[in-house]
Order: sequence, then C-alpha cells, then structure tokens
Amino acid sequence: MVNAGDMNGSGNLMDFLDEPFPDVGTYEDFHTIDWLREKSRDTDRHRKITSKSKESIWEFIKSLLDAWSGWVVMLLIGLLAGTLAGVIDLAVDWMTDLKEGVCLSAFWYSHEQCCWTSNETTFDDRDKCPQWQKWSELLVNQSEGASAYILNYFLYIMWALCFAFLAVSLVRVFAPYACGSGIPEIKTILSGFIIRGYLGKWTLLIKTVTLVLVVSSGLSLGKEGPLVHVACCCGNFFSSLFSKYSKNEGKRREVLSAAAAAGVSVAFGAPIGGVLFSLEEVSYYFPLKTLWRSFFAALVAAFTLRSINPFGNSRLVLFYVEYHTPWYMAELFPFILLGVFGGLWGTLFIRCNIAWCRRRKTTRLGKYPVLEVIVITAITAVIAYPNPYTRRSTSELISELFNDCGALESSQLCDYINDPNMTRPVDDIPDRPAGPGVYTAMWQLALALVFKIVITIFTFGMKIPSGLFIPSMAVGAMAGRMVGIGVEQLAYHHHDWIIFRNWCRPGADCVTPGLYAMVGAAACLGGVTRMTVSLVVIMFELTGGLEYIVPLMAAAVTSKWVADAFGKEGIYEAHIHLNGYPFLDVKDEFTHRTLATDVMRPRRGEAPLSVLTQDSMTVEDVETLIKETDYNGFPVVVSKDSERLIGFAQRRELILAIKNARQRQDGVVSNSIVYFTEDPPELPPNSPHPLKLRRILNLSPFTVTDHTPMETVVDIFRKLGLRQCLVTRSGRLLGIITKKDVLRHMAQMANQDPESIMFN
Amino acid sequence: MAARGGGRPRLCSLLLLLLAALGAEAKNSEDVRCKCICPPYKDHSGRIYNKNVSQKDCDCLHVVEPMPVPGPDVEAYCLRCECKYEERSSVTIKVTIIIYLSILGLLLLYMVYLTLVEPILKRRLFGHSQLIQSDEDIGDHQPFANAHDVLARSRSRANVLNKVEYAQQRWKLQVQEQRKSVFDRHVVLS
Repeated sequence: MVNAGDMNGSGNLMDFLDEPFPDVGTYEDFHTIDWLREKSRDTDRHRKITSKSKESIWEFIKSLLDAWSGWVVMLLIGLLAGTLAGVIDLAVDWMTDLKEGVCLSAFWYSHEQCCWTSNETTFDDRDKCPQWQKWSELLVNQSEGASAYILNYFLYIMWALCFAFLAVSLVRVFAPYACGSGIPEIKTILSGFIIRGYLGKWTLLIKTVTLVLVVSSGLSLGKEGPLVHVACCCGNFFSSLFSKYSKNEGKRREVLSAAAAAGVSVAFGAPIGGVLFSLEEVSYYFPLKTLWRSFFAALVAAFTLRSINPFGNSRLVLFYVEYHTPWYMAELFPFILLGVFGGLWGTLFIRCNIAWCRRRKTTRLGKYPVLEVIVITAITAVIAYPNPYTRRSTSELISELFNDCGALESSQLCDYINDPNMTRPVDDIPDRPAGPGVYTAMWQLALALVFKIVITIFTFGMKIPSGLFIPSMAVGAMAGRMVGIGVEQLAYHHHDWIIFRNWCRPGADCVTPGLYAMVGAAACLGGVTRMTVSLVVIMFELTGGLEYIVPLMAAAVTSKWVADAFGKEGIYEAHIHLNGYPFLDVKDEFTHRTLATDVMRPRRGEAPLSVLTQDSMTVEDVETLIKETDYNGFPVVVSKDSERLIGFAQRRELILAIKNARQRQDGVVSNSIVYFTEDPPELPPNSPHPLKLRRILNLSPFTVTDHTPMETVVDIFRKLGLRQCLVTRSGRLLGIITKKDVLRHMAQMANQDPESIMFN
Repeated sequence: MAARGGGRPRLCSLLLLLLAALGAEAKNSEDVRCKCICPPYKDHSGRIYNKNVSQKDCDCLHVVEPMPVPGPDVEAYCLRCECKYEERSSVTIKVTIIIYLSILGLLLLYMVYLTLVEPILKRRLFGHSQLIQSDEDIGDHQPFANAHDVLARSRSRANVLNKVEYAQQRWKLQVQEQRKSVFDRHVVLS
C-alpha cells in the first residue's frame, strides 16, 4: 500500500478550502462519501479554530462554543426525541381505544384514563365504567348480544381501515421515504451512503404522524424501528443548525449514531441498551467519543419521556415488570428450547419475508401499494377481533403475558383454582392447578401465535412505517407463556418426578410463567435481528432485575446459534441485500484466497482504463471522456506511455471545475490544455490559455499492488471507508477496484447474485 | 433536502407548544390517586377503592373506607390488598391529543388541496392546452404532475412570492422523485 505523501495531500486540501468552487465538496445522491477527506477537513477546521483562538477573547469564546456544540446538539436531540416518543405513546394509547369506543366525559381520554376517576369499577369488571361506552352502546344503545357484537366488529374494521388508508395516503403524497422500518437504510447511511431527503423534515413529520395511525390500526407491527428513524431525523435537523456538522458528512454521522441510541432508548426505556444497539447494529464507525455522547443523548431522551409520563406510572414502557421470583437450574432446559424456537422462527420469518418483499419488488403486486395496505389491514382486523388476545394492542398483550399472576389478577390467563383457605401474602402464591379459564386462554394463545407468525410476514415491508421488535416479542412471549404454563402444571401435577423433586416442593412457588414469556420474547427477537449484547441489556433493563440475565443469555445465544446455522444474515442485512445498497458489513469475513488482479477493472478483454494525462489533454478531450463514460473518477498519470500515477480526480469536481472555468476565466476554450502540475507546461506561442486543475486532484489516492490478497483489500475498504483503490505494478497503473467491485466479488464468492449490487 | 419553508417553523411551533403545555401544567387534584385492590375474603366480594391521598398515606388502612370486615380481621384483609400510588397529567394528555389531531387535520386538508383542488385551479388558470403532462405521469394520479411546467415558468420571475412558489415546486419535484424511486421503480425501501 503506497501513500503518495502526506504533505502534498494536506497542501492540496488547503488550496481546496481557501477558494472553493461552487458545490464542490458535496456529494451526489445515492453515492458514497469519502471518509478520509471528511476527516481531514474536520482536522483542518479544528486546527484553524485552535490557531485563531489565541488571537482574541472573542475567538477564544468561539472555539469554546465550537467544542461545546456537540453536547448542545445531543441535548436538543434527546429533548426532541423524548417529546416525540411521548406524543406518539399518548396518541397511540388514545387512538387504539378509539376503535372500540369513546369516552363521553372527555373525548381525548383512552379507556383506562376515562375510568381513572370513576368509582363504579368493580373487582370483576375492572374495565367497565359508565363514562366509557362502546360504539354499539352509543349508537344503538345495546351493549350485549349478537347485534351489538356485530356492530362493534364492523366499526372496529372500519376504524382500522380508515387509519391505515390515511397513513398510506399521507406517506404517498408527502414523504415516500417514510415507509418501512428505516433501520436498513440508516445502517447504510451511517456507513457512508447518501440518500437525500431520507432524514428530512417532511419525512420526520409524516413518519411521526403515520406511525401513530398504523400502530392504532391494529396491524401487526411495532414502533421501535421507526422511532430510530425519527430520532435520526431529529439528529439530522439539529446538526444542520451548526456548521461544524452540516458541512461535514463524517461528523454528521457521529451525531446520527448518537441519535439512533436515543431512539432505542425511548422505545424501550433502556438507555444503556440503546447505546449498545447503536454500537452493535446501526453504526459503522463508532469512535469512543461518540459512546459518551450517545449515552448522554439517550439519558436526556429517557428523562424527557419520563417527565411526560405517558403511562401514568412513571415507567417508560408499557410492559415493565418488576418481580424477583427466583428461577432454577432445571428450568434452563425449557429456556434453551425456547431459544431453539426463537432461532427457527427467525429463520422462517427472514426467508419468507424476503421472498415476499422480492415478489413485491418484481411483480405486479408492487403496483398497488395502497390496495395492499388496505387488504392486509382488513384481513388483520377481521381475524384479530374475535380473539381477545389479538384484539387489544400488541404492547398490552406483551404486558399481560409478562406479568406474574397474583391473587388480584382477573384475566383469563390467571384463572387458577384457588385454595379458599389460603392466607399467603400477595406475591408468594404457590403453584396452583389450572382452571378452565387457563385452558381457554391456552388455545386462544395458540391460535393467536399462528396468526401473528403468518400475518407479520406480509406486514413488514409494506409502504407504511413498520417495525419488527414488538411483533417478534409478541410471538416469543406467547410461545414462552404457553411453555411456562405447561411446565408449571407439569410441576404441580407431578411434583414427585425426579427433576422436580429437588427444587419444587408442593405448596411452593416454583415456576413463573411470566419469566418464560420474557425469555421467549428475547429468543425470538434475537433470532430475527441477531442482536447479542444489546438484546440482553435491553431485556434486563425492561425487567429491572439482574436475576434473569442467565436465562436471557442462554436463550439469546441458543437462538443466535440455531439461526446462524441456517443463514448468516439478520433481517436488516437481508433487506440491505435485497435493495442492493453498497454496505460492506463489518461482520462478514472474507476468507478466500483471491488477489487484487482477480477483481480489478479492466479485466482481460475489456477496454483499457480511462485515464487523464497530467498535461497533454485538452478541455474537449476531457469533456468527451466524461460524456462517453460514467465512471465516478479518473486516475491521472504522467503520460500514456509511462503510466506512472500522479493522483485521482473525481468526475463531479471535473465537471464543475470545467464549467466554472468556461464561465469565469477568459481565454479558456475547447482547445486549452488541461494540466495538473504546479507549473504550466511548455506551450507553443499563440496557443489558448491553459487550465490548471491541480486543486481538484487528490494527490494521495490509495494504491495496492496487483499481488495484494483480496482479504487485505477488503479490510482496507472496510476500515478506511474507501470508495475506490488503484492497482499498480512496478509503479505503473494497472487498474482500479471500486467498492461496487468488492461487493460484487464478495457476493460471487458467496454464491449470491453479483448483479444485485445496484449502487456505487 | 426536501425543505419547504413551512417545515421548520411548524416543527418549532409544535415543540414550543408542547413544552409550554408541560411547563404550565397544574397539579389537578383529580390526577393523583391511591388505588387499592382487595380480593374476595370469606363472604365479602372483591372491591376496588380509589382515594386521593399522598404517597406516604397510600396503604390499606387509609384508603379502604368503610372497612368491610370487623376489627380482628382487618389485618388479614389488608395483607391481601394491593395498594398502588398513581399519578397522571390530564393536561398533558389533552394538549397532546388536541395538537396531534390538529396537525393530522391540517395535513389531511393540505393533502386534499394538493390532490384534488390544485389541479382543478391550475387547469382553470392556465387552460387545457398548456398542461402537457409528461409520459411518466399518465395513468396514475400523480400529485404535483405539473410541477415541471410551473417550475420552468417561475424561473423567469424573481420576486418574493414567486420565490416561495419556486421553493414549493422544487419540493414537489423532490417528492415526485422520491415517489418514483420507492413506489414505481422499487429501487429503495422495497
């Protein structure tokens, strides 16, 4: 690897900064940024500020403000992300209940808030109060009976369709980039890709508004992934207020990494989990300075959300549980079984979802996005209403499944046969035999499980904001709870078996089905996203206890192993491959023994490399070259005979420089010689004024020799974020390797379709 | 960036309104409660008791009134009861829902205006002959279909009103490009 002189490189950039051409230094849409240039621009800016700060007090204060601007941006991101998450939570709470009824005293209250001050709630009917009326009560004055049921059913479906239609129309008319989860695109953006408008203000507004609508419509999706997108939009918005971040794409991505952490933090109420999620899943270059700032943003966001208090009990998430019943070593066996289930479900989901999304992308199904959303919403609403576990929102379902059954629970899931003479305190109920309500709940849960598994495959990826965390956790929680109840009943009825005898005496509280639900949720979420540390930390921040780390880890590790046995990609990497984004994954290992000559362009039999010479081409030649080819850049050599490398020039900058020169500098015509050296070449008299383009030349392009192993080349691309790399032999230019070539080569080696890489 | 002029002030005003609402919230006496749930005991049915007490008084003895069981049984009864202190902010809920509904309503009105009203107005203003739709726009109800024409026309004049219209048309073009990438060509976000 040859680095052609740091001094020359920095001298070139100082020229570059002093007299910028218009729009030079910005990037085109759907292109990759030059990480090294951004980094050195930031270093230059910092050095300039530091040297000026010694001049006067005002400059010193400006340098302090510049240093603190990072923290101010984090604070603002945390505040806005927390506020938006609070608004979303409150609005979802209200609109979900709007499908079933309305609060007469104050229409803005949800069911629970409406009955909050009422004194007419009874122990058996904790949800009923006269101020809240279902639609059938309001319209036809009947609350029970077949006609009331049918009317409620019909209105539920109508509301769901109305919300979904509004959502997809808003997305289509105002911000088409607001659809989907957002995490695959944010991963690609953070690795250096540019998608203009993806983190814009309209996308932020529409995503927030439509997220509430789609979650309230009862579709099988969650809001965590879209909240990460919303938080990154906030990050983009605030970073555009400070020139330190708005002019430098590399620094901006540091802010976006921290914003992603704030997004997960408010989604789960897990600041540490959010930072780890950003580190593990979303970010590409995560310097240690960003770690501390991400944590600050996540804390501010969590604190803001807490002060809005959307759930009325100072908790950040609807399903925060806080019990501390112990678990036993023999229970590790069902936990590992749940892990296997999670891994298998993850594989099934990824394969089916990618197949369906590919079908949506290539066939006529993709031409009817609005109709597709309406049909899926109708199917979901029709099937979900009869089953009480799918009728309510998924977060409430998970909350109920996670909760342990005390003596005071009135749900069907806790309909155990109580011993009437029991006098134990509330949180130490021993294992009891299941009553009929529990058996009903079990088969209802089984049906709900099958339904959710199937419908989520078709829901994720539609043209509405959709997240994946909550449905996966719901699937896992349902499976876990069923396994937990099964083990509990087994332990109760067969407490003399050898496996139960040691740790489960009759009359003791051995098995907590709620814990199984949590472990199942973690296993399924890990199987689909392949998160490791961040998953365990999020789950234990959700549960508030360190006792359950070992079961959670066992399940997460098992599910990851099982899922990795079938395919290496998580759902987000699979969507990145589906879209063909130029994302060089840090987790992929390249273990093949190919060399740089095998990958470089031009191959044998192709047209020779298009190069510029240092002082023998005219403006017209350069323009013809640019017009005839569509390469993003051209190497500059000494002359066509001796192909010794001087540097590399970007296409965009050549175009702008030549256009600028034709307009501003007089004497520059099509026959003018273009030169990249310091001094103009020897020209015959009466020749037109030559054009100096040394400013746009990158004098330190990365080069490798032709015998460099591809393993090293891939490593260089990954670690430095290169876009292209030149190949030389004995000092002479041989060819070029671009990021697209590297990705295609890796796809080819992994027997995937190399033509699916679409972007540069 | 798809930055229409209204985007940034809109976001700022939303933020300010929300923060003002949060700052101005008064502790409504209806917004705190201590909720005690007592299960069935002997021949008394289960009941729920709500009372507005402070957090340190939130236990069975202060809240359960009148006590349904005689003196010696009170302790056994209260041991089964579970009392929780809860607070909420009704002002926050009200302000948030009303702001959300008004933003949703504004967006819906604007959407109706853009998709239905504006093409009719433009057609009346500029006449049928000048609205030559490009080939890609035929067949699908594309909002902003005539953005190209208006953009070309307004580039010639340069006063403030036309600058605003110019920005708006530029935004519409950007959204149209995005829509083509996402919905038609399925290049991104598939």
